[in-house]
Amino acid sequence: MADAARAGRVTLAVRDILRAVASVHVWHLMGWQEVRQRYRRSTLGPFWMTISMGVLVAGMGPLYGRLFNQNISEYFPFLAVGIIVWQLIFNLIQESAQVFIGAEQYIKQVRMPLTLHVLRMVWRNTIVFAHNMVVVVLVLAFFLPTYSPVALLALPGLAVLLVNAIWLGILLGTLCARFRDFPPLIAMLASVAFFLTPVMWRKEQLGQHTWAAEINPIYHFMEVVRAPLLGQLPAPLSWPVVCLVTVVGFAATVALFARYRSRIAYWV
Amino acid sequence: MGYVRADNVVVQFPIYGAAGGSFRRTFIRAATGGTLSRDEAQRVVVKALDGVSLELKPGERLGLSGHNGSGKTTLLRVLAGTYEPISGTVEVRGQVISMLSVTLGMDAEATGRENIFLRGAILGLRRRETEKLVEEIAEFAELGDYLEMPLRSYSSGMSMRLAFAVSMAVPSDVVLMDEWLSVGDQEFAAKAEARLKRMGEDGHIMVLATHDASLIARTCTRVIRLEHGRIADDRPIASA
Repeated sequence: MADAARAGRVTLAVRDILRAVASVHVWHLMGWQEVRQRYRRSTLGPFWMTISMGVLVAGMGPLYGRLFNQNISEYFPFLAVGIIVWQLIFNLIQESAQVFIGAEQYIKQVRMPLTLHVLRMVWRNTIVFAHNMVVVVLVLAFFLPTYSPVALLALPGLAVLLVNAIWLGILLGTLCARFRDFPPLIAMLASVAFFLTPVMWRKEQLGQHTWAAEINPIYHFMEVVRAPLLGQLPAPLSWPVVCLVTVVGFAATVALFARYRSRIAYWV
Repeated sequence: MGYVRADNVVVQFPIYGAAGGSFRRTFIRAATGGTLSRDEAQRVVVKALDGVSLELKPGERLGLSGHNGSGKTTLLRVLAGTYEPISGTVEVRGQVISMLSVTLGMDAEATGRENIFLRGAILGLRRRETEKLVEEIAEFAELGDYLEMPLRSYSSGMSMRLAFAVSMAVPSDVVLMDEWLSVGDQEFAAKAEARLKRMGEDGHIMVLATHDASLIARTCTRVIRLEHGRIADDRPIASA
């Protein structure tokens, strides 16, 4: 009896996720709308994101290249791609915290899969990332003019990163809806993670302590997108770790979501 | 065809952040609101619905009345499927449209026309499906050229007209409304009431929560009065 009830809850949780994915027309429209809303009545619109990212990278590249004593023509593209991929990961983590809390009105009033709110957040950040990619393309065209087909491997890397954002959004969204100390905690950890993840520095600079970067799953997610864009293959460990995190992440999330999905409307 | 059935529905909320020092010993029975108590974990909980059973058949237009906090909105949310009851069962067949808020999903900077698509998407419509309804919506809302203006230039009554028109145009079997017709001018209210009545006659099920007894008398076929989350009175209304 209890087993049957649990199986039923798992089915409902999985159905919530699948139905949300199938409602492309809804999260596509809402995601775009949210990007547009931010830049309405501005002439450059969302390209403000591109410009501010470009300025940030142009400012930091030479400075940190000098500070770290790096060859600028290698360091600059490394930093540019790294910061932009990091920004995507950071936004996904940060916004996961608010994904259900911020959708309170929808959750209480209209029946739609809860995962839909996660998807519209992931989609919105994908659009932002696409705007920032303009900077990546310009930087790469300048510093790495030889085109390498390895770069195409960044696409599956990006895909797996975004897929992981789905379970992360459900997981953190649920925890944050229930425990309101989680959003500031997550914001704090995400900021700290910037310094602990090889974004501005290279793993190799740790010398014999490269393990300090390798135990960090965020590093591997960065790697599967960043390395191909720089014309390199990701570290051999990265893809296996990323795949493992995907499986474990979804399993844990479905277990939690099955248990608490129906309570979220009461918590937000 | 729609069909609604609720069987002994109980909805209970935990109230987090209310350690409850001031009512540690006794819970004084308030005139309004659901019953406050504590659960096994000693959390303060409010029983918003306490054993509600009802059945609605096609064509029924139910008015929900009762004090503030008697459970009207909670019941609407249960019927909309957003609150899952902690015990009891709810069965709702057919396409449900919940019109619980005017502004939900609307973007003040977007034009009236763009908002039709946004609102349509939230109600589950594809772009193509909404496109077919735009004309009908525009006609019913009587906004004229304002349809091409951003929503922030609308008065609250005008936004309500637009939201109402969209919700009415979307094909549905069960319509849920919370204090809706109180917004908007008299002329539009009359038009909206007529529309709701006609929908009922077409076999739609309608549930309308309001404090306006005369509105219920004019538009509904049945009235339920809630009190502390329980049905205190349930009777038909002779059609006018």
